Amino acid sequence: MITVHHYLILSAIIFSIGTFGVLTRKNAIVIFMCIELMLNAVNLTFIALSHHLGNLDGQVFVFFVMTVAAAEAAVGLALMITFFRNRESIEVDDINLMKW
Amino acid sequence: MEILFFYLVALVAVASALLVVTCKNPVNSALALVNTFFSLAVFYVMLEAPFMAAIQVMVYAGAIMVLIIFVIMLLNLGTATLKKVSHSAAGGAAVAALTLFVIGYFLNRSEPTGMTGDITSEVVAKVGHTELIGKALFVDFLLPFEITSILLLVAIIGAVVLAKREV
Repeated sequence: MITVHHYLILSAIIFSIGTFGVLTRKNAIVIFMCIELMLNAVNLTFIALSHHLGNLDGQVFVFFVMTVAAAEAAVGLALMITFFRNRESIEVDDINLMKW
Repeated sequence: MEILFFYLVALVAVASALLVVTCKNPVNSALALVNTFFSLAVFYVMLEAPFMAAIQVMVYAGAIMVLIIFVIMLLNLGTATLKKVSHSAAGGAAVAALTLFVIGYFLNRSEPTGMTGDITSEVVAKVGHTELIGKALFVDFLLPFEITSILLLVAIIGAVVLAKREV
């Protein structure tokens, strides 16, 4: 019997993996993909709880999260292309113009 | 039987998530991420949300990942980023383990409760998931839905302005 706890634990594991990636990787695109991983873990939580409580509001929220992720992907990748054009690199360590 | 299937797909999801973080080549990371998205879509089907599974595959695995892979290949980031992988792996692992521990602790302590509704498995099977989502989206959440379209318009304009060679 699969309980809601199974899904919540799985989503916590995936979220932690995403956190680890965001904190340790240096390639901006990989960091971006790890953020997508964290967003997906949260989506799984929303749908599991929505199923558990018999309420559709969580699934509508997932719909909005996906829209925001799509908008974020478009703007974020445009930023990376601009940065690459200026610095010939995509490492986050090279984004240091405003570093004190 | 169902629990075995759950563990199998969960294993695939966690293994591909680990591959996203550990692969040195960003293209491999992106393909592992597509794999994770597909396993999450399987979970959505198991949670009786087939419409969510469909848009997970179409929007995430279809649109967003194609965009990411397109940019990786456009910038030609094959082996150029191989030399520096990680410098603070211990700190990152500590923060991730702490996150996992805190979530696990609170999950262990209490049963998740909240505002319960009347959308049971029978209702979903009888009315259909897409129709239920459509009613919720266009009746209860009409204003947020319209604001979403403005957000997408702003994102399109922003992406074009940022990526243009000269403004």
